[in-house]
Amino acid sequence: MHTSDVMLDIRNLVVEYATVDGVVHAVNDISLSVKRQRCMGLVGETGAGKTSTALAVMNLIPTPPGVIRRGSILVNGYNVLRMKDTEMDAVRGKEVAMIFQDPMTALNPVLTIGSQIAESILLHEKVSGAEAEKRAMNMLEMVGIKGTRANDYPHQLSGGMKQRVVIAIALCCNPHLLIADEPTTALDVTIQAQVLELIDELRENYKTSMLLITHDLGIVGDMCDEVSVMYAGRIVESGTVKDVFTDTRHPYTEGLFNSLPNINNRAAQLTPIPGLMPDPTDLPPGCAFSPRCRYARSKCRERVPEAKWTGDTHMVACIAYEDPGFRIERSKR
Amino acid sequence: MADNILEVRNLSKHFKAKHGALHALDGVNFTLERGKTLGIVGESGCGKSTIGRTILRLIEPTCGEIVFNGVDITGLSHRQMRELRPKMQIIFQDPYSSLNPRRTVSQTIREPIMLNRMIRDKRQLDMRVAELMDMVGLAERFVNSYPHELDGGRRQRIGIARALSVNPEFIVCDEPVSALDVSIQAQILNLLKELQNKMGLSYIFITHNLSVVNYFSTDIAVMYMGRMVEKASVEELFGAPTHPYTRALLSAVPVPEYHEEKRKRIILRGEVTSPVNLPDECRFAKRCTRVCAQCLEGEPPLTQTRPGHFVACRNP
Repeated sequence: MHTSDVMLDIRNLVVEYATVDGVVHAVNDISLSVKRQRCMGLVGETGAGKTSTALAVMNLIPTPPGVIRRGSILVNGYNVLRMKDTEMDAVRGKEVAMIFQDPMTALNPVLTIGSQIAESILLHEKVSGAEAEKRAMNMLEMVGIKGTRANDYPHQLSGGMKQRVVIAIALCCNPHLLIADEPTTALDVTIQAQVLELIDELRENYKTSMLLITHDLGIVGDMCDEVSVMYAGRIVESGTVKDVFTDTRHPYTEGLFNSLPNINNRAAQLTPIPGLMPDPTDLPPGCAFSPRCRYARSKCRERVPEAKWTGDTHMVACIAYEDPGFRIERSKR
Repeated sequence: MADNILEVRNLSKHFKAKHGALHALDGVNFTLERGKTLGIVGESGCGKSTIGRTILRLIEPTCGEIVFNGVDITGLSHRQMRELRPKMQIIFQDPYSSLNPRRTVSQTIREPIMLNRMIRDKRQLDMRVAELMDMVGLAERFVNSYPHELDGGRRQRIGIARALSVNPEFIVCDEPVSALDVSIQAQILNLLKELQNKMGLSYIFITHNLSVVNYFSTDIAVMYMGRMVEKASVEELFGAPTHPYTRALLSAVPVPEYHEEKRKRIILRGEVTSPVNLPDECRFAKRCTRVCAQCLEGEPPLTQTRPGHFVACRNP
């Protein structure tokens, strides 16, 4: 693969937080890349390390207590972890922008929405205040809010509209890479559908690459080209959506699918994953999923599984596959 | 005749708001058969939680009747309600705010039993708590734990054990899994289903998640701004959704499946309008894809379109 095809390249990233209860191992040696104009889904449950990964890309890990132990992150060729704060200011918003989960807290309650969009434009482009305001209004229209509402404050808008404003801020300087951290989790389904449609449309127009963080495999199926599944700070499986959805390999991914009620198949039994997420200050030895895994064998507890490519695009990190005859249930269907 | 544990007739709840009456619930009718589950679905502000709380008279209805086990409970005094409450319980959405942080698991579970003077003997009470914890899958070692020491799934199990402690017949489950991760969600859903089969419980299952009701319910009612817009058996509602809102809602649900081409979705315009001082027209008209002149002539009544299938729409 040519480097220029890659918009985001994360290599061997390790993120830790030092807390009074010990060191939280949030991200444990992950590598991930997002190709130009493609959308990569990053899936996992609470505490999997999804948000820490996103914050690391923005170089926004709160330090202390957070620290990036190891790894490199290239955004459109820029090595963000090596950048000074002033250099990073130029990259953030211009090269890479982020949409946060909760639009209620992402906006400043005492500034009008128009001025919050204009602020980002003024930071990155050499334009007059009047011009920035005009562009902010255009941006609002683009996300489906009347430009005349530019003088409204966040509390005057509904949740869906606030998220549209957050999207407008993220996209106003036409970033190459968009990181969306659970962008619709706080919204109702019909509004979620509107917002996802909007993100899709804008991404098409602006040719933006995207890293979409979500716990919802349904959203991944609708929005993404590729998907990486995270568990306890590691990527356990990744591939194209087709790879991971139709040829599921990792027992955890299988567990996620089996836990989801499917609207099209009422008869399907729910098979929850037994147990709980491990404590990130005290990860189990070997494969972190092994205590909950129904296929676990003794060697799973001895060492961390390596990433194995099972096809050109499909990766799985599971020791059980060292046994050539191994198959998970889902793949037998 | 069917054995109905609950009948709700013409139930309305209007809250006083700054500029008039806020119609949280308007003329809702339904029945719940013993041992069955009625799923109530809708988005924020549609009145689904208000229904659950009004049925239990945690909120007093503006008008309407609630008939529980053949008795109209709408006019009962507080004392009379108190005698009835053990039969009707509720499980709340947020296992973080619905538990007293200063009470241990055991204290929380035993409180309703003691309040209702069901068991007085200390040893028997301990045994009952242990039995309830076992029933909901809480390990015995947590008996003296405080809520903050437990994760969301376990906390929700405490809420369930507390509801079960007084041998209810009927439980309102108000978004019981919305705050939980998917793998834990499935554990709790399976537990609730298992308890229903074992104890013959009747549920009202309130949720915004259509996939969850599909898995869980026998009948489904779809709410929009305080009105029931469609009501049918699960098979019927998912097989032949009729109200334009139901159809949009169903098509908006992301499905965890691979599809070669982009799914065609019905995208609704706009957002829910204000439920204060409603105009005399269909409440969904402003967002509806099929709106016509008739829709602006007053609210459509809930009418039967097929056996057991009710829809409130003039132009379905």
